[in-house]
Amino acid sequence: MVNQECLAVRIQGLNFAYPDGHVALRGVDLSVAPGERVAIVGPNGAGKSTLMLHLNGILRGEGTVYVGDLEVAEPNLKKVRAAVGMVFQNPDDQLFSPTVFEDVAYGPIYMGLSEVEVGQRVMQALQQMHAEEYAPRVSHHLSIGEKKRIAIATVLAMEPSVLVLDEPSAGLDPRSRRTLIQLLDGLAPTMLISTHDLRLVKELCPRTAILDEGRVEADGPTFTLLTDEDLLEAHGLEAV
Amino acid sequence: MHFSPFHLYRAGDSVLHGLDPRVKLLLTLAFILSVSLAPVGAWPIYVLLLAFALSASVASELGWSFVLRRAALALPFVLAALPVLVTVKGDLLVSIRLGAWSLSVTAPGLERFLSVALKSWLSVQMAILLTATTPLPDLLLAMRALRLPRLLIAVLSLMWRYLAVLVDEALRMMRAREARSASWQGRSGGSLLWRARVTGGMAGTLFLRGYERSERIYNAMLARGYDGSIRSFPLKPLSPAERFILISALLVLLALLLVGYLLG
Repeated sequence: MVNQECLAVRIQGLNFAYPDGHVALRGVDLSVAPGERVAIVGPNGAGKSTLMLHLNGILRGEGTVYVGDLEVAEPNLKKVRAAVGMVFQNPDDQLFSPTVFEDVAYGPIYMGLSEVEVGQRVMQALQQMHAEEYAPRVSHHLSIGEKKRIAIATVLAMEPSVLVLDEPSAGLDPRSRRTLIQLLDGLAPTMLISTHDLRLVKELCPRTAILDEGRVEADGPTFTLLTDEDLLEAHGLEAV
Repeated sequence: MHFSPFHLYRAGDSVLHGLDPRVKLLLTLAFILSVSLAPVGAWPIYVLLLAFALSASVASELGWSFVLRRAALALPFVLAALPVLVTVKGDLLVSIRLGAWSLSVTAPGLERFLSVALKSWLSVQMAILLTATTPLPDLLLAMRALRLPRLLIAVLSLMWRYLAVLVDEALRMMRAREARSASWQGRSGGSLLWRARVTGGMAGTLFLRGYERSERIYNAMLARGYDGSIRSFPLKPLSPAERFILISALLVLLALLLVGYLLG
């Protein structure tokens, strides 16, 4: 077991029900070491996205969530949101500014950085996603693959210690998907990836957690889990 | 099918395209203000103002007829000024009988109507030129420099960003309906009421989707630190050349107005 003090993410006994009474999370426990990449897989409606939204306090249930040594709670929210970069499933929701530059600059501006620093952060983040030339472009005109890369750049510009990705490869054609996997593989932060794309999991994440009906049903090395056909089938997944 | 509100802007590299958006916005507003303040029936001034608009149009390198063609769109609005033809008192020109009613068109009335029509046509030309040579993100920056409330600018910017997304969504829905609107033996079924209800349902769905999307956008904003205040960078000051252009153009407009009043 890793030392409790230096975990990147620590979730203990997390329960959450939506206002309409639908219970989405039932006692989730999950610890992630710094630099680790963990895939969260499971059928639709398993609670993956709900779990993701707890990591930066957009949703708050019963139980404790720690990011580094910060508890995800009202007084720490700003610091937590700077530490956790969240990439939403639909890039059209994430790219809300008129131009790519303004979108990538949004997070750094809210962190209170100076104009020069913001400019540097934006260019660095776009470079990491091989998208420097997109800075002056209008988001609406980009392809889904391009939007996805820009969406990731918008959080990289905040230099987060934890990167949370919701269905990063959904809707991408094989080439964009390949590019995205390569780009993600080159990034340093701790990653939590919620996905159905088990081939992406195999390539990017040494560890996998299976979430079903709001519970962590299995948590272990990706290779072991993804070769257990009975386990996968029991939770609506398919071996690749 | 891809709707885009971006068709207002025409890319180019003319002097006007390169001019700072703040200068362009200010001058456009000043032009429209001068046009509306110009006295009624000051025809020489209208000609000079038209010359001002046309020179700007030529400087934009969009082709001199481009702005004139688009400005024709504003003509129907001139109809709103029709009543002045008969409400202003003065020398009688024509009298029209409509049953028991008799409408008398007067000379000052006609003069005022033509002035209003010309003025709106001139104003629209300049507004079209502004939007055709300035991309909206730049225009939003210029509005910020003119101290428009930031919240309002943020709303405008989100509207511009998502208008196209919403229209695309509506078009996709309509296409899906079209795809299932088959007709058997040359006639289509369903009563008018039923069809109206389907359309109403589609509008409702669109509203709900928009609402849910706004929730997701808000989450994405929160995730990147949004705390209810709108923040942005200070803009760099205008260069001496830009100041010179701005001030001299403002002086020209002011001089035109003064001449207009002195003549009138």
